[in-house]
Amino acid sequence: MLMNTSDETLALAAATGDRAAFATLVARHYDRIHGLAWRLTGTRAEAEDLAQDICAALPAKLRGWRAEARFTTWLYRVVVNAAHDLRRRQATRAKAAQGWGDWEIARQDEIVEQALALDWLTSAMQRLSPELRDTVALVLGEEMTQAEAGSVLGVSEGTIAWRMAQVKKRLRALAAEEAK
Amino acid sequence: MTDDFDDLKALKAALKAAPAPDTGAKEAALTLAMENFDRLQGSAHASRSNQDRPERAGFLNGVQSMLKVLTARPALAASTSIAALIVGVAVILPATQNNTPPVAPKTIAPDAPALAPATPETPPAPGEADDGRATAPAPEQPVDLATEAAPAPAEPVPAEIAATDDGADAAGGNVGLLAETESDAEAKMAPEAARAREEVAADGVVAYLEPPLASAPLPVPDVMPAPQPNTEEFASAETNPVKVTAEEPVSTFSTDVDTASYAIVRSTLNMGMLPTPEQVRVEEMINYFPYAYPVPEPGQAFRTSVSVMPTPWNEGTRLVTIGLQGALPETAARPPLNLVFLIDTSGSMEDPNKLGLLKQSLALMLPELRPEDEISIVTYAGSAGQVLPPTKAAERDRIMSALDNLTAGGSTAGAEGLELAYQVAKGMQAEGEVSRILLATDGDFNVGVSDPEGLTAYVAKKREQDGTYLSVLGFGRGNLDDATMQALAQNGNGQAAYIDTLSEARKVLVDQLTGALFAIAEDVKVQVEWNPAQVAEYRLIGYETRALKREDFNNDKVDAGEIGAGLQVTAIYEITAPGSDALRNDPLRYGTATAVNPTESELGFLRLRWKAPGAETSDLIETPITGTEPATDEARFAAAIAGFGQLLQESVYLGDWGWDDAIALALSARGTDEFGYRIEAVNLMRLAQTLDR
Repeated sequence: MLMNTSDETLALAAATGDRAAFATLVARHYDRIHGLAWRLTGTRAEAEDLAQDICAALPAKLRGWRAEARFTTWLYRVVVNAAHDLRRRQATRAKAAQGWGDWEIARQDEIVEQALALDWLTSAMQRLSPELRDTVALVLGEEMTQAEAGSVLGVSEGTIAWRMAQVKKRLRALAAEEAK
Repeated sequence: MTDDFDDLKALKAALKAAPAPDTGAKEAALTLAMENFDRLQGSAHASRSNQDRPERAGFLNGVQSMLKVLTARPALAASTSIAALIVGVAVILPATQNNTPPVAPKTIAPDAPALAPATPETPPAPGEADDGRATAPAPEQPVDLATEAAPAPAEPVPAEIAATDDGADAAGGNVGLLAETESDAEAKMAPEAARAREEVAADGVVAYLEPPLASAPLPVPDVMPAPQPNTEEFASAETNPVKVTAEEPVSTFSTDVDTASYAIVRSTLNMGMLPTPEQVRVEEMINYFPYAYPVPEPGQAFRTSVSVMPTPWNEGTRLVTIGLQGALPETAARPPLNLVFLIDTSGSMEDPNKLGLLKQSLALMLPELRPEDEISIVTYAGSAGQVLPPTKAAERDRIMSALDNLTAGGSTAGAEGLELAYQVAKGMQAEGEVSRILLATDGDFNVGVSDPEGLTAYVAKKREQDGTYLSVLGFGRGNLDDATMQALAQNGNGQAAYIDTLSEARKVLVDQLTGALFAIAEDVKVQVEWNPAQVAEYRLIGYETRALKREDFNNDKVDAGEIGAGLQVTAIYEITAPGSDALRNDPLRYGTATAVNPTESELGFLRLRWKAPGAETSDLIETPITGTEPATDEARFAAAIAGFGQLLQESVYLGDWGWDDAIALALSARGTDEFGYRIEAVNLMRLAQTLDR
């Protein structure tokens, strides 16, 4: 049964042209892709675009899959890289802000019910550099271990630990500002 | 790690609350994925000439692998490599144009993101044509690559290369989003797989050529960093106010041999910014410079010299400069030294200006040590560890190789490392030897006991128990916890120095090594009692963080600063005579102090308390300040630096006195300036003047 087959097996089958395997795989992981894309970009519209772009690119990318890592790790890498590219394109278009900044601007026009919690999240995420945002999205949002996050982002576990410490520091600075 | 996450709970909860994907969008994406999949199956085995691949691709790969090591930080490096890239691509393009058969480029829409056209044949997804994204050409409209590429000059190409590869390959896999050549892996791959990869690679090159149509700006990877709060922390207090002698005739403070503030000011100015007022501690700027004060009499630990001069920035006041010169014992007679390098190897230290400079600095210092001195190296990062057991300084190779092997990574368990360092230092301690820990850090203590108070109390306790000193060397900017560094050094009876360049390392660790490592006097306290008949108001310039209570002066239990062998400490008061126009406070209508003998012509009385190293009780030195002490070049230069510091602090006491006056004063009092420190200060003033406009 395809539903019980592991991601890795499905990916291998898909890479060699198994249509059903590919369909199962994409359906199984779309929500995951979308979720991480949202955490990385901070906007729903961009998350959808990004997820669609990734789905479009996935058949070609899967051919490069050599079962060296777990499929989800590999997929996270794809999403993170896609988000990086998106940020860069936005930067090249000389927009004044990156993903979260766009969201912040759009937010002004949006309905007020977009909850205080989200507002806080936005301002918190805005304080973080892209590296720290990626790390937070993986470690907190996806509940990865520091080792997993490190392997997705291609840095050492220690670096992730250090980045998380930085995140804490920045959040505290933010909290201190809010307290004023 | 549970504790670490406590602070992050709110963020985590917010991040977990991801909105559910829109069903319509999901379906569209899945359909698109399947269409692309089918298309790819159809074309997968269609043979495609290997000549798709530019013959000089190897060159491009070299450029790529160069870009792989780029991260967001060395943007400067990126911009310099742009030149190389343009040259490289200019070489490639003609080759591409000459021998390529028509290949359908992925996208011709100027605005198309590189991402969407994952395969050459990607059709516009349902509903997506409206927004202009992913407008891939239909397969039946192949566009000749050469025509596409020709009108566009080479420069935008690197933009896309840089954009695509930097992040993707840094992630360590063959998962770069689109146009990824990945050719370094090919050699290892099976021939068939390699061919398949090459097709992708060829597509990749085509994809790189898209952006010329859009007028892409020059490649500037990660141009717009998100706004970040600065996490540097600086120890500072309110500037000392003008005090009325009749109300508070006695001023008491502890000496300070730190120099960190000057180096921080210098590094900030050299970055093209004016330092913020809290980064400036005037006394540390003054004490950065060597002054040629008269040397102590034989048998004396130090000597005071006082000079009185008109205040450069205020005609109605005078400056009283108090200089202490430490004795320089014969270096041959110095006791053997036990040094523990406590080195921060946390992830944040991974920077040529941090760990790299640190290694170089310590290497500079090694030849200054005597063969019988012992060195040990302890690192802290995540977990603390002893990298080098106690080793005689004579075995320089062993020490150097241990230093060279240090790498950065992990978070900073400062407290744990400190404990281990004290343990090691205690083990090395022998009769008549001096032990000192040299803590090298970018100032981050983020794991373990991270409250500065607990840490400093620990350092003070260890100093009393084991007699181990602690000095702090700060490296790098952006994360500098100056406040903690200063507190640690103060309580460890050591020096806090900030090292931003190798020449600064040489000054601290070579020229002034003896002074930095050997104290000749401890708990040096200065107290000046001003004579209300001569001095109506006074103001101590700097030493805000070193103020002591009046009663602490005679209390030997109260800790104060040390003076190193051969070092100088300088303090400057600005005083105002009674009846002067420059008085800031109006005289009281009732109850003015009349107790003083009006014939008394002394300005004030200087008292110094100090202890010989390790001694329990203090000695007292008393000197009257007569007001007739001549001004020297040394005092004038110190005044110029005091003015420099106050200009940076935007002090209210300077009036119209400005940069030109400070520069002229410093230049006129340069003296011999053997090491060029003073002329460097003048140049910094010029730089600050320019930035201040």
